[in-house]
Amino acid sequence: MLFFVCAFFSFVLYLILTAGSGNIGLWAPEEIALAFIFAVPTGLIASRMLSALGFKGGTAFLSPRRWLLFFIYIIVSFIPALVKANLDVAMRVITGKINPGIVKISPKLKTDFGMTMLANSITLTPGTLSVSIDDKKKELYIHGISLSGKDAPISEICGNFPEWAGRVAE
Amino acid sequence: MSGLVLISYGLIAFGMIFHALGAISLFRFPDVYTRMHGTTMITTFGSIFVILGVAFYGFLANDFALAAHPLIALAFLLLAAPASSHATARAAHRSGVYPKPAIVDRLREAEK
Repeated sequence: MLFFVCAFFSFVLYLILTAGSGNIGLWAPEEIALAFIFAVPTGLIASRMLSALGFKGGTAFLSPRRWLLFFIYIIVSFIPALVKANLDVAMRVITGKINPGIVKISPKLKTDFGMTMLANSITLTPGTLSVSIDDKKKELYIHGISLSGKDAPISEICGNFPEWAGRVAE
Repeated sequence: MSGLVLISYGLIAFGMIFHALGAISLFRFPDVYTRMHGTTMITTFGSIFVILGVAFYGFLANDFALAAHPLIALAFLLLAAPASSHATARAAHRSGVYPKPAIVDRLREAEK
């Protein structure tokens, strides 16, 4: 099953890269044939690597409900936080006011997929950076550039990202 | 193609401002962790606006490949950038470069 998921995404990516090349939809027939030919070895290699890492399932990536929730998350929650954090850090570059430190947060997520999504969202937002992860307790160590105190609350570090990560990934 | 192309130039110029601020942050901030916040700003806001400017230019020029390929590059940039930032920060902390100045370092307390 993992093989089909990897091959499917390889196929879709090749079609996006070659869009506009012909007249079957947007594609030339040679490009569609090549997308099939490349998808098979790509799917084989990727699924072998992922299962060697202990990755199971993978069908969650094909669920339309999750993709819809993911795009809602990007527009409603992530982009406003990104704009705010960028302007904040830009001001701190100019004024030089910083109050850095590494804090620990417990986001109460269960799956690796959810933790990865949360950690990536936190790292992509300027001003917060995930330094390390405790796999067993599911805790994240976050470096923040402007903390309010030694025990900064989780909402100050990452807003409502944990709720959204739970909704999309679990 | 005439007047609207200024929007594309404006987007690229706005992105360049954030690129410049990110470069300045490398000199102004004191240690590796705070400097990485500046480089995160380059990969997110700077690159997003430069790439949107290029894609909009391709859209105006009716060049489908020039409009679509930067957006794919942006998607992969946003997937890969947090992984590399996290790897750099984790490697720095594991090799003994602790944040300085810092009001608190919970990771070092947990390792003791």
